[in-house]
Amino acid sequence: MKILVTAKRVEDPESKIKVKPDGSGIVQEGLKYKINPFDEIGVEEGLRLVAKHGGEVVVVSIGGKEVQEQLRHALAMGATRAVWVNHTGPLDQMGVAGLLQKVAEKEKPDLVILGKQAIDDDQNQVGQYLAEFLGWGQATFASKVESLESEQEKNKVPALQMGADNKSVRVVREVDNGLATLECALPAVVTTDLRLNLPRYASLPGIMKAKSKPIEELTPAKLSVDVTPKVQVLKMASPPPRKAGIKVPDVATLVDKLRNEAKVV
Amino acid sequence: MQQTQEHRAIRQTVRKFVEQELNPHIDAWEAAEIFPAREVFRKLGELGLLGITKPAEFGGLGLDASFSVAFAEELGHCTCGALPMAIGVVTDMATPALARFGSDALRREFLAPTLTGERVCSIAVSEPGAGSDVAGVTTTARRDGDDYVIDGSKMWITNGMQADWICLLANTGDGPAHANKSLIVVPMDRPGITRSKIRKLGMWASDTAQLFFDGVRVPVRFRIGEEGRGFAMQMQQFQEERLFVAASTLVTFDRLIAQTAEYTRQRKAFGQPILDNQTVHFRLAELQTEVEALRALIYRTVELYVENKDDAEVVKLASMCKLKSGRLARELADGCLQYWGGMGFTWDNPVARAYRDLRLGSIGGGADEVMLGIISKAMGTLPRKSRG
Repeated sequence: MKILVTAKRVEDPESKIKVKPDGSGIVQEGLKYKINPFDEIGVEEGLRLVAKHGGEVVVVSIGGKEVQEQLRHALAMGATRAVWVNHTGPLDQMGVAGLLQKVAEKEKPDLVILGKQAIDDDQNQVGQYLAEFLGWGQATFASKVESLESEQEKNKVPALQMGADNKSVRVVREVDNGLATLECALPAVVTTDLRLNLPRYASLPGIMKAKSKPIEELTPAKLSVDVTPKVQVLKMASPPPRKAGIKVPDVATLVDKLRNEAKVV
Repeated sequence: MQQTQEHRAIRQTVRKFVEQELNPHIDAWEAAEIFPAREVFRKLGELGLLGITKPAEFGGLGLDASFSVAFAEELGHCTCGALPMAIGVVTDMATPALARFGSDALRREFLAPTLTGERVCSIAVSEPGAGSDVAGVTTTARRDGDDYVIDGSKMWITNGMQADWICLLANTGDGPAHANKSLIVVPMDRPGITRSKIRKLGMWASDTAQLFFDGVRVPVRFRIGEEGRGFAMQMQQFQEERLFVAASTLVTFDRLIAQTAEYTRQRKAFGQPILDNQTVHFRLAELQTEVEALRALIYRTVELYVENKDDAEVVKLASMCKLKSGRLARELADGCLQYWGGMGFTWDNPVARAYRDLRLGSIGGGADEVMLGIISKAMGTLPRKSRG
């Protein structure tokens, strides 16, 4: 089977993110970048599926040439090849989904796996748009019943279960009141939640092998996608700084404050 | 020093490994005064991190020293000194001579399983009566038929309690001190070996040991390279060791300065953060400058080493790296500790741990005074009667 996985370049969560004084964006100097952790979980799941069922993982990213670093990371983990959509201007979630649609139509994967959201703007929209654009089934927030300390996880058993003839996929999803199980006809779009798996490290031999794996370059023009944004970012601002907490003398005071001040109980 | 995409990728993997597989356990390993070597090395081996510069035919990656130094640098994210040291012993202290001069059979038997992490090793040079004075070691390996019979004792052996084999420096002849020694691979399950653990000021998670050899027999074919070349090979092997040691301190230095800045920013005295005193933030700026200067020296040395590892200039520069790293460790740990006040004097404080652990930098792998002797010799200023 062929699995297409996204690898968005995002700010390293350990970097200190500062908003520019004029609110036009964030200060990029000195920032470190990495693959979106949810996408990394997607790469891991894809690799486990092809280890079990055969096939290949193709990884895709959109951005300037710097996103090749994230593609190489996924290749070092074990993906076979990469697609790089070279685009540096503004791009909204519809534009991203439009580009991914064309890549998916070109690659014809059995499954597209995306992070449920990217940790930079936390939009959580592209997977859903993409499924709609492609007219495929979707299962968002893929998770699993077993814990991340379980034997299944240690043995790198895929959490997504393929149907008997590889015509469908069974996905356990995290929902507000627990776990729901969905069965989707293939091809389908799956987005990953945090507890789906623990991604492997990029090994040193993997890193060196990734050097010679192919990266195909595409552009919005080549894919005939109009990426003019429909959504515009007007201004960015830091959230107000958190106020210091207080200590209460006893439980009665705590309950009183929760009830009458915070009004949460 | 070159920094390619692959260097950055290796750095990322090592840092993540340290943060996920080592740091959560450091406090427990420090308290236990030992770490699970087999488990840690197997994990490192699976990721190919134990054979960065080693030949591909024995499971290594055959990369140059700029990659192994990037590896050493990222190990500095570890919250203790013991683990980077234990790992460095396997990758850059006990194995370079075997990888370079060992026979194919010896490399298959000992190097290959070490690079996969199945076997743990140590370097055994120092003795109770000779450490930095390497020529003065007295352990003997006497020829008896096809065997060497080893008698003597080795001291300060990192990984000593858990090692499966050691790279032993012993006297194999009666000639002059620089030409009568050999490096020999000694499997630690041979009869006649006893080990005893050493309690130390720092590096608590490391199982440093004293080893005793009483008529220990190993086949002559376990010798690395030619007989009598052991001293010279060990001197070469020291260059890797010194570069590793120096590089592994850089990130730790960065972290100590950052942690001290953070603590003194929060901590108020006399109505203002301690950091706002010029003596404090100027001092930290001075120390950070020293760290960057050391980093530049290390990168320059690595560049030269990658070009030609036998360049005489490498010996001088690697000794300077090790000297400066050891000296700066003492200055920096002591300077930072001071600004933490009483908190810095508590056992579990990160600066206090670094203060204890990094003190070894000026002693192990050749003391500061030996480094100064080597540098003086390279400068042509060492008096003739002194041995250098």
